[in-house]
Amino acid sequence: MVGIISYGAYIPRYRIKVEEIARVWGANGAEISKGLGVVEKSLPDMDEDTITISVEAARAAMARRDINPVDIEAVYVGSESHPYAVKPTAVTVGEAIGATPVMTAADYEFACKAGTAAIQTSMGLVKSGMVKLSVAVGADIAQGEPGDALEYTAAAGGAAFVIGNDDPIAEINHTCSFSTDTPDFWRRENKPYPRHGGRFTGEPAYFKHVIGASKMMLEKMGTKPSDYDFAIFHQPNGKFPVQAAGMLGFSMDQIKPGLAVTYLGNTYSGASMVGLSAVLDVAKPGDRIFMTSYGSGSGSDSFDMTVTDVITSDLFHREAAPSVASLLADKKLVDYAVYAKHKGKVVMME
Amino acid sequence: MREVAVIGVGCTKFGEKWESSFRNLFVEAGALALEDANLSGEHIDELFVGNMSAGRFVEQEHIGALIADYAGLATENIPATRVEAACASGGLAFRQAYTAVASGMSDIVVAAGVEKMTDVDTSVTTDVLAAAADREWEGIAGITFPGLYAMIATQYMHKYGLTREQLAQVAVKNHENGALNPNAQFQKPITLETVMKSTLVADPLRLFDCSPVTDGASAVILAPLERAREFTDTPIKVLGCGQASSSIALHDRKDICTLDATVAAGNRAFQMAKVERKDIGFVEVHDCFTIAEICAIEDLGFCKKGEAGKLTEEGYTALGGKLPVNPSGGLKACGHPVGATGVKQVYETVKQLRGDAGKRQLDADIGMTHNVGGTGATVVCHIFGRA
Repeated sequence: MVGIISYGAYIPRYRIKVEEIARVWGANGAEISKGLGVVEKSLPDMDEDTITISVEAARAAMARRDINPVDIEAVYVGSESHPYAVKPTAVTVGEAIGATPVMTAADYEFACKAGTAAIQTSMGLVKSGMVKLSVAVGADIAQGEPGDALEYTAAAGGAAFVIGNDDPIAEINHTCSFSTDTPDFWRRENKPYPRHGGRFTGEPAYFKHVIGASKMMLEKMGTKPSDYDFAIFHQPNGKFPVQAAGMLGFSMDQIKPGLAVTYLGNTYSGASMVGLSAVLDVAKPGDRIFMTSYGSGSGSDSFDMTVTDVITSDLFHREAAPSVASLLADKKLVDYAVYAKHKGKVVMME
Repeated sequence: MREVAVIGVGCTKFGEKWESSFRNLFVEAGALALEDANLSGEHIDELFVGNMSAGRFVEQEHIGALIADYAGLATENIPATRVEAACASGGLAFRQAYTAVASGMSDIVVAAGVEKMTDVDTSVTTDVLAAAADREWEGIAGITFPGLYAMIATQYMHKYGLTREQLAQVAVKNHENGALNPNAQFQKPITLETVMKSTLVADPLRLFDCSPVTDGASAVILAPLERAREFTDTPIKVLGCGQASSSIALHDRKDICTLDATVAAGNRAFQMAKVERKDIGFVEVHDCFTIAEICAIEDLGFCKKGEAGKLTEEGYTALGGKLPVNPSGGLKACGHPVGATGVKQVYETVKQLRGDAGKRQLDADIGMTHNVGGTGATVVCHIFGRA
């Protein structure tokens, strides 16, 4: 059955506190931090971008399992911050893991859910027999304009999933999507930062789609929230996923293991997938996982998964790559000046 | 002049109406008003609509004809006029409709108000609203509406010893009332602490001192009193109507704690209605900020200057008090779709006087409305009673 063959996550080491960003803009940091449910967020090093993050995550996935790279016949990378407008991130990932040249590859964009869309594409190719294995990555160096509300959460990180038919560590029982033309958040061509519709991003955008896809999934599978051991929801901040879980009837215990946002921030295309990685870091055979991503514009992809005993077998080496918890713990806090330098906000005169 | 009555009222739920466009809003309110008056479109002789800034909020001007058209009246070719006086646009549309009927020019006239404010982001909304002040002397200097009312509040607190708690009590009381109003944007009671600890917007005004950004529409139908019972068993008579203007810039006022246009418009409405302050059973005032309600109660003559804070604290203005103020929840809890607010005040007053106000029903014979544009450059007051 189609499922996750391996996975890996990557989070750059640097962090900045929400309060430090607020200090620079003369805002009430404690209040903003509490309001968003985010304490600190990750940021890239000078030489990190969505390509390097995707490569690190894909390499971590390869490290966890003895995969013949030649069997990887497709690579899809979902991101809002592909370094090139024209030239794929996915081929660099393919090269880095030795999957080239007999493979198909493409970059995806659907705001914060391009990574889960890549998983769905991979599932289709694998299930149809067109490819043996496919890699789906969601990664971002999330953009947020200095001084804008997004700046407090826009973070860096990503996760990669190898999708295949044979001996998955987690079977994907079903996936379904809920999409409409709802412009709550967007970035036009040649613009460095996204814009958003303020409060419009909540009820008619995030909640309508996350709840819509999740309910569709529960109905299709004939399940109820208590049937799952873990649930992951797209986490643009610490409040929305908790509210969505509450509206659907999931408990804090079910969502906490996959709620990485508090000390990570919003990694956009990486957000749900880093959450799923954190859950797979601790999941046991037989555990059932519910995941719903969200991408502005807008859509949600929902997944129902069951962890298999392969995850604790000799076929899989969970400890061969760092867990999300250890990536989060291995951190270096910086101030806004260093953050500005790392994010390329300090422009040198030529 | 003929005597005039309100024969039908309609109002949308106020709030962030993501699923309703500008035209959906007024069509909904208009249909409700027509249904309430047992009328159909071809009975309408004339239409006035209050709207502050559809041009900037939804890039639509020429609102009078648009409303008539989308109300299904395009083939009736009725006169349809947009009225603008910032946040007093609704109250002024009602006054125009009143004078049209009173003069004998038209018989069945619609007064509507509509605003769709959530299609633009907060900074644009703030700037659009700032156009209600003096752009050259206030707006360009950077002042916004919370800032202007914060200056009034600061001066008022200094002059009259109004406490922060008394100011907060206005919001607490209006949320209590709003919790009983199914059309209100906020239907949840709040505590004094919620107000006092909310985000500082413009010192001393906090988030819960400010009315929110809202979408909504209201419509009412007026007719000559002598014909009112053709349409309804409970016509509500317009007893008094007063409008006044004052300096557009706050700094040009003799005393920024007194909205002299409120004093003038209130006096004119009382003179025309031939009733006393003590006859008023309740009043819907323009509480765009908590301090605005304090000033309004005094400037309308219900108490001496400096006393409204204490009266609010003592429950004098609560639903069960001597003079209930903003039984609807006011702008604070109902929300403030700027062009619609003045008509919504009439809607609430008519509902109350008909005995049709549900859980917030008061026992009153006469009610009053008070609608303010800007910091008081335009004020429109009306007094209503059962016919």
